[in-house]
Amino acid sequence: MTGEISGSLNLIGFGLSAIGPGVGIGLIFAAYINGVARQPEARGMLQPIAFLGFALAEALALFGLVLAFVL
Amino acid sequence: MSPLVLAAQGESFTPPGKEDFWWPILGSDTSPWTLTRPAVMAILSVVLIGWFLLAATRHRSIVPGRLQFVGEGAYGFIRESIGRDLIGSRDFLKFMPLLFTQFTLILVNNLFGIIPFVQYPTMSRFGFPVALAAITYITFHAVGFRKKGFVGYFKDLVPPGLPAWIVPFIFLLEFVDKFITRPLTLSLRLFANMFAGHLLLLVFILGAEYLLLHGAPALKIAGVLSGVLAIVMTFFELLVEVLQAYIFTLLTALYIGGALAEEH
Repeated sequence: MTGEISGSLNLIGFGLSAIGPGVGIGLIFAAYINGVARQPEARGMLQPIAFLGFALAEALALFGLVLAFVL
Repeated sequence: MSPLVLAAQGESFTPPGKEDFWWPILGSDTSPWTLTRPAVMAILSVVLIGWFLLAATRHRSIVPGRLQFVGEGAYGFIRESIGRDLIGSRDFLKFMPLLFTQFTLILVNNLFGIIPFVQYPTMSRFGFPVALAAITYITFHAVGFRKKGFVGYFKDLVPPGLPAWIVPFIFLLEFVDKFITRPLTLSLRLFANMFAGHLLLLVFILGAEYLLLHGAPALKIAGVLSGVLAIVMTFFELLVEVLQAYIFTLLTALYIGGALAEEH
């Protein structure tokens, strides 16, 4: 029995490129949760930094997704 | 597609792709001068922002009314948390028009992506983020050149007190970062977020419609779930859109502040 897989190689690249940002975002929010757990008053100060880090790491994952579609 | 899905009529599902973003209004499909829907929406967004800001500042009073409160709140947020903190309280006022314009423009154009009946983020066409990033690029380099002189700016790329053999590498790294990576990632980040978000919503909504109308009865539940996820993703998309507008403005201010910094 034989089968056929169709599609483009872009998908593999896109999948591989999502590993790094996944780990990165986990690290960022782990640091945020640790910081708030140690000092709950720092929540307001750390939140913008956490969101900034999240957006920058997410950008890399989205480069892979978008270039898989566009190229 | 698998025979399980095509129980009803044998119609196939075309997944949404980048063709779904091409929406010409006037003109042919191949000419570069076709008027497309995002172009009209961008003009509309400028008209909307202008009307809102004019209405908010028309009856200025010490105790602000609702419209004035919202306008002042948005401007104050950008001015304090982004302008003053990142550029420094000495010359941040010169750049406030740029920062506020970028923030409101990106925010309104992004919000077009989830407002019902509009539902098309104009920043998902690559030209718009490229234009905004180009303005940021020219601005922060011009500010640096004006402050430190042409040669001095390049000399400042390398921090002082390094061993001589490493200086060429650091120079190359910083040069590539400042002149190539920064504008690329700035524009690509905004474009990718909007493109991916819109595509995600298209997949869930079109998938829900297809599964509910043309799927086998067992898969209609999947259609309902897909619809629920579409609603959840809409809220996530709202967060991402506001965040991306904030991040773009923040990074512009950061780059300008970095170019203006005295020490290294």
